[in-house]
Order: sequence, then C-alpha cells, then structure tokens
Amino acid sequence: MDGSQILTTVLFLAVVAITVGITFWASRQTKTAADYYAGGRGFSGFQNGLAIGGDYMSAASFLGISGAIALSGYDGFLYSIGFLVAWLVALLLVAEVLRNSGRYTMADQLAYRMKQRPVRMAAATSTVVVSIFYLLAQMVGAGALVALLLGVEDQAVKNIVILFVGALMIFYVTVGGMKGTTWVQIVKAVLLMTGSALIVILVLAQFGFNLSELLGSAADASGKGDAFLQPGLKYGLSFTSEMDFVSLGLALVLGTAGLPHILIRFYTVPTSADARKSVLWAIGLIGVFYLFTLVLGFGAAALVDPATLDKAGNLAAPLLAQEVGGGEGSVGGAVLLALISAVAFATILAVVAGLTLTSSVSVAHDIYNSVIKHGKASEKDELKVSRWAAAGIGLIAILLAIPAQSLNIAFLVALAFAVAASANLPAIIYNMFWKRFNTRGAVWSIYGGLISCVGLVFFSPVVSGKVDPATGDSLSLFPAGIDFSWFPLENPGIISIPLGFFLGWLGTVTSKEPETAERYIELEVRALTGAGSEKAITH
Amino acid sequence: MSDEAHDQAHRHDPVYDRLHATAEFRALRSAYRKFVFPATVAFLAWYLLYVFCSNWAEDFMNYKLFGNINVALVFGLLQFVTTFGIAYLYANYSTKNLDPLARKLDEEYEIEKRQL
Repeated sequence: MDGSQILTTVLFLAVVAITVGITFWASRQTKTAADYYAGGRGFSGFQNGLAIGGDYMSAASFLGISGAIALSGYDGFLYSIGFLVAWLVALLLVAEVLRNSGRYTMADQLAYRMKQRPVRMAAATSTVVVSIFYLLAQMVGAGALVALLLGVEDQAVKNIVILFVGALMIFYVTVGGMKGTTWVQIVKAVLLMTGSALIVILVLAQFGFNLSELLGSAADASGKGDAFLQPGLKYGLSFTSEMDFVSLGLALVLGTAGLPHILIRFYTVPTSADARKSVLWAIGLIGVFYLFTLVLGFGAAALVDPATLDKAGNLAAPLLAQEVGGGEGSVGGAVLLALISAVAFATILAVVAGLTLTSSVSVAHDIYNSVIKHGKASEKDELKVSRWAAAGIGLIAILLAIPAQSLNIAFLVALAFAVAASANLPAIIYNMFWKRFNTRGAVWSIYGGLISCVGLVFFSPVVSGKVDPATGDSLSLFPAGIDFSWFPLENPGIISIPLGFFLGWLGTVTSKEPETAERYIELEVRALTGAGSEKAITH
Repeated sequence: MSDEAHDQAHRHDPVYDRLHATAEFRALRSAYRKFVFPATVAFLAWYLLYVFCSNWAEDFMNYKLFGNINVALVFGLLQFVTTFGIAYLYANYSTKNLDPLARKLDEEYEIEKRQL
C-alpha cells in the first residue's frame, strides 16, 4: 500500500467507527416497536429532511450520475432532473397523507380500508423486491469502489468488501433500529454535502467561476465537441433508444414516491406538517446536490485524463478530487481522494442500512404479524422477527451481490425505480383519491406492476441478446449466442406503469367489495386532518 | 379481535363520519385538491415536455444562448427552478389555507373522543 491508500483505509475505518458508535448509542434509546421501526416518531422536519437526503443520494447518484456526465456529457444530467422533479409527487400527493394514515410500513396505508392479508402480502412482496434490487446496486458499487481505490482487481477482495458491507448493515439495523439508521443517514448527508461542495468550489476556481468555460473545456477534452453538451449522445442513437429514454424518464419521475425506504421515513416525524417540512428540506438538499454533480461530472470530463475515466467512469468524482487537490502523487491529491472516497463509502453504508431496515420491518409487521399471526403477534415477537428478517435479507443481498457484480449500477437502480412506479405508486394514489378502490384492485395493481416490470426486463436486451457489434462479446447478462429477448427496451416503465394503473382500475371494477368505500370516509378525514394518527413517543 | 375482524378492516369510527360531513372538512378537501391536482398536472407536463424536447427537438435544444450555454442546459436548470418554486408555493399555501382547518378538525376529534 502506498501513502494515499493507507490514508484512504484510515478514513474508511473512521467512517465505520463513527457509524458503529452512533448505532450503539441509538440502541440504548430503542425500547418499543415505534422506536425500532419509526425512531419514536421524534425526529424534527429538518433532521428527517437530512436523513431523507442521506437515504436518497445513493452511490448511484454520487458516483453514478457524476460518472455518467463525465462519460456521456449532457445525457447524464437527465437522471438528476428526473430524480429531483419526482420529489413533487412525494410532496404533494404522498408524504403527509401517508404520515397520517399509516404506522410503520407502506402496506399500512393500503391496509387501512382493505382486506389485510392479501394487501399486506402484496405490498410486502414489492417492498422486498424493490429493496433488494436497490441493495444490489449499492453493494456492487461498494465492491468496485473499494477494490479500485486499494488498487486491487482481485475478485476475492471485492467479495470480501461485499461481505463486510453486508455484515455492517445487518449490524446497524438489528442493533440501532430506525434511530441508529436515521443518525447514520444524517451524518452521511452532512459529509456528502460538505465534501462535494469543497470539490465543486475547487473545480469552479480553476475556471474562474465561469460555468461556460468549464463546459467548453469539458467538451474539448471529451473529444466530442458540442455534442457533449447536447442531449442525445447516449439516448439519441435510434428510435428505440429514444423510447428507452422516455421510459426511463417516466420511471424516474414516478418512482421516488413509491420507494418503500423513502416512504417509511415519513413515519419518523411527529406530525404531517413535519413530514411536509422534511420533504421541503430534502428537495432543497437534493436539488443543490444534483447541481453539484453537474459540476463534478463536467469537471471530471475537463480535468481527469480521459483514458483513466473510460476505465472507471463510476470513479469520476473521487478521481476529480485527486486532480483538483494537486494531482496523482501530490499530498493534497491524496488527501482529497481519500476524503471523497470515504464520503462515497459512508453514502453506501447509510443507504444499505435504510433499505435493509425497510424490508425487514415489512416482513415482520406485514407478513409475520398480519399474514401469519392474523394480527395477534406480540410486539416483542414482532421485533424479534424483524431483527432476524434483517439478518436474512442482508444475507440474501450478500449472496446475490457476489454474482451480480457484472451488472450496471445505474441499471439496477433504474429497475428499482421502475418497480416502485409500476407496483407501488398506482395503489398509493388510488387508495387516497378513489373512493371505490378495493382489495382486488390493490392486489392486481401491485402484482401486475411488479411482474410486468421484472418480466419485461427478463425478456429485454439487458438479460440476453445484446452483443458488441465490434467484438462480438455479450453486453447482456447471458453469454453471447443465447438470445430469448423480444422486448426491445431496457427500461420497462413505459409499459409497466400504465399497466399497473390499468390493472388497479380493472381489479376494482370487477370486484364487488362494498366495505372499502365506507372506510374511505375515515381514511380521507384522517389523511387530511391527522385526526387519530399515530403520536410521537416521549420517553 | 377475531380473525374475521382482522381480515377485513372494520375499525369504523362514527366520529369520522361527523367530521366528514362538516363544512370545514369540505373546505379543507377542496382547498387541498385545488392546489395539488393542477400543480401535479402542470409539473408532469412541463417535465414531459423537457423529455420530449431532449429527444425530438434537437435544433431548439442545441441552440447556444451565450458562450457554451445552450437551451438544453437552461431548460434543465429551469426544471430545478420550477421544482423549488412549486415546493415553496405549496409550503406557503398549506401553512395558510390547509393547516388551520386541519388543526381545528383534529382538535374537534380529540374533544369528541374524550367525551365518548
């Protein structure tokens, strides 16, 4: 190991030590189910806003988007816009309503006026599927990040990193619960914002704080000229890729408000007004962060050696930090590289903890208590199941992440968004705004959206049939020569999202379940006024 | 709680029916919908317009306004501005028009509950 790798390792261990300390501290204050699942509902709007930012700004955002901009220019920016505008759906239609009508999980809001068991089973299934796709993306990213930073290409090292990250996230969740996870996310959000602000200032300083000059240098250095600053470099190749782009755009803008790990964050505040405040803070934070990634991405294109970038697009941000710190071999460069890498590592840890918590809570609260125990499990048993579920889901994620390392991180995240938009969002929206919506509608829209989304991807070029025209190598999951693809797009959203809405309608109108409309009155009053909603815990 | 009661949500509470019938609740619901429905349609249309222009309006998006700043970049940054703007407007609107009504109804609920 050279000096910079030792420094990187030390900072990584510092991140681990801080988060482990927070987790132990939080565990002492976690007594009831509401503490473990919802942090006692005692976080302020600002704290929760930071934590939402920490939960949402994943490795895919920080490393993925800045890398995408560094490699394909303007087209990488399109991700940022979809990811941000999506927050308006959460702000206007989902956050407050969910806070007032649910307790711990996404399913709570649906189960409010439906038959408990089928609806909870469906919602928990899609929660676990979305979370696992998202988890895989983060863990694959962690393996690649650490291996590249430590200068090892050995597969065994990447596997060990994945194992280590998996063990840490199981620890955070089982020991610290929601309170520990939230504080890990808050610390990460602060680190990420400060770290990227520092690099952004250093980059802009090199161009006299003139954005136009930065863009010009990036376009020149990319070798693609003006096309680098225009849409279409990546998605404008054919009609199919243009449709793929529309499909991706839909999934991004409609997916956020259906992401289970974001939804349960709204339960950690005392009132719906605080839920609104947290989304407002999150929008501000996330918006500024995506403006930073714009500078980071174009900055990397302008300043980092293109040959290095091609090899490791996902490392554009850390490499840029090294460059503005004084370049490879300099002390400043080594310090900034280590710092930004540690920030990226903290980012991954905070996100995987949130995802594991969300899916384990849903398994314990929705599947174990409601479906298996008919709502009669004791709080103690439910909590025990939740901790075991966290360990189980962590283990599954580790086992899946090891063979999934050839998958593209951005693709896995886009798939999680597509499932969230197709399976979860239609049910949430109908439940709140359509009096007649009922159990069959909810179940059909969730399973229909989920199955169509995953099914279309299975028969898409992502899984089979895409070959590099120059070398003949497979660009799909399956090796070249195996081709069972018939769906031309890589992003299923353009079909599966309308299908989720359609099935929700069809299931509803073909079912004669009368009670849900009656209960809608109660849901509506509660959702809009907060009357009878879950209160914060005071110790 | 019997299995059956658990299987279908049956926690019907008459206080909610009374609140639902009040003029305040109707005012709250219509004030909420009056803002969020048009706002949702507007920002989704504005976002989709951006997505379509990125695909199919090359000349427009590639037009350089000054230096290396083209329409595509400004259009993208305007999406940030409108997102911040709508969030800000909704925050003000709900503090002024929704929260007082919601608080009043919530208090009525608490009072009625205590009397039961």
